[in-house]
Amino acid sequence: MENAIVYFQNNGREYFGLLMGHIGISFVSVLAAMVVAVPLGIVCAGRPRLKSIAEAGFGLLRIVPSLAILILLIPIIGTGVKPAVIALVLLAVPPILINTVQAFLTLPPEMLEASLAMGMNPREQFFKVKLPLAFPLMFAGIRTATVEVIASTTIASYIGAGGLGDIIFTGLALLRTDLLFIGGGSVAVLSLLTGYLMDRYYRYITRWQP
Amino acid sequence: MAAVTFKDVYKQFEGMGYPALDHVNIEIAEGEFVTILGSSGCGKTTFIKMINRLYEPDAGEILLFGKQIRDKDPVQLRRRIGYVIQQVGLFPHMTVGENIATIPHILKWDKERINAQVDAMLLLVDLEPQEFKNRYPAQLSGGQQQRIGLARALICDPRIMLLDEPFGAIDAITRENLQNELKRIHTESKKTYIFVTHDIREALKLGTKIMIMNQGQILQYGTPEEVLAHPADGFVEELIQTSGVSESLLKDGDGI
Repeated sequence: MENAIVYFQNNGREYFGLLMGHIGISFVSVLAAMVVAVPLGIVCAGRPRLKSIAEAGFGLLRIVPSLAILILLIPIIGTGVKPAVIALVLLAVPPILINTVQAFLTLPPEMLEASLAMGMNPREQFFKVKLPLAFPLMFAGIRTATVEVIASTTIASYIGAGGLGDIIFTGLALLRTDLLFIGGGSVAVLSLLTGYLMDRYYRYITRWQP
Repeated sequence: MAAVTFKDVYKQFEGMGYPALDHVNIEIAEGEFVTILGSSGCGKTTFIKMINRLYEPDAGEILLFGKQIRDKDPVQLRRRIGYVIQQVGLFPHMTVGENIATIPHILKWDKERINAQVDAMLLLVDLEPQEFKNRYPAQLSGGQQQRIGLARALICDPRIMLLDEPFGAIDAITRENLQNELKRIHTESKKTYIFVTHDIREALKLGTKIMIMNQGQILQYGTPEEVLAHPADGFVEELIQTSGVSESLLKDGDGI
């Protein structure tokens, strides 16, 4: 415990940098995964064949451990933030993709019919009805992906991407338990806190549900 | 001029061995409350979904106030036609007020006009605007939801209202109230209402004209009195007999 206090006294600035790096890599990865998975999911929802191909493809990539992907990427892209983000995006796409597809496939048919019959054009129907109704389930997928990514960003430090993993790997190298606790604890707190905040937001966006 | 005209309309859905509409000819005069009666699969829902072009005919012509509907943009056409379905189809993520104002918002009515019209519609369906406007559909009973469904369909003052078994999932007492109010709204508006049902009592009570359908054909089209007194054929006669209604019910029935 004392060691931890000493650590923060001496390395407060460095710690803050690593924390921000961790959050930054996670954020960029989830954002990039959304950019890929949300449009792909919407397109897949209307095309059963594309859907099975995409889901199987990303499902397969997901089986490969993140660490393996990281190491496989080194000869191609080298080390640093870039390969880490790529590996994390591959990790984050499946939950967002699957939930987006499901969300758009399970839209209540009577609401689609009502909106069409009222005289909405396809664009109005998409933005006023389909997207808001699909959003909660999509967001649940984004939440899952985010929590996974925050945990996995720790490993990205292994190939020099930075983040809180640096503290853990330093602790491992120096056999310093205090560093392991600080690093591990920080990742745990960060991921729990993010999960909690996203749950709060989920409850807000689904306030109309019974 | 007729509000709705079907000229030799034919429709067969893919994979079905028989037509949903079999060379249907009908003229519905403006201001009528037409109840379409028939068992499931008789083509009654197909009939009304063709009027707002949710379905397209394979052959034949459909005219609305003398104009071919196939020449019109379906989106524009539908904004002029009220549509109410059994499942109601309110948007759960929108409040009652937002639901009713959906099309006015798209049409960019100004705020005051929207507010005033939403309140007027809520009062028309006998709901207190201040109490209901900001609620979500999930907080309402089935009967209240269908009142909102009606209000939403009526806000643009459509010349034609299409109603597909709107009270089918509502308990008997509430249904009675809703029927009475719908009848009142129709009488006040003088617009054309086309109402699908499989409940003969409902058809007789609400309709100024009854259209009886079976196997994609219109067997009879006439006032409730005519249908009861002179059933067109054995099917209609049987329908009336099995339902246990008779002319006496019509005479002392309420609201007819």
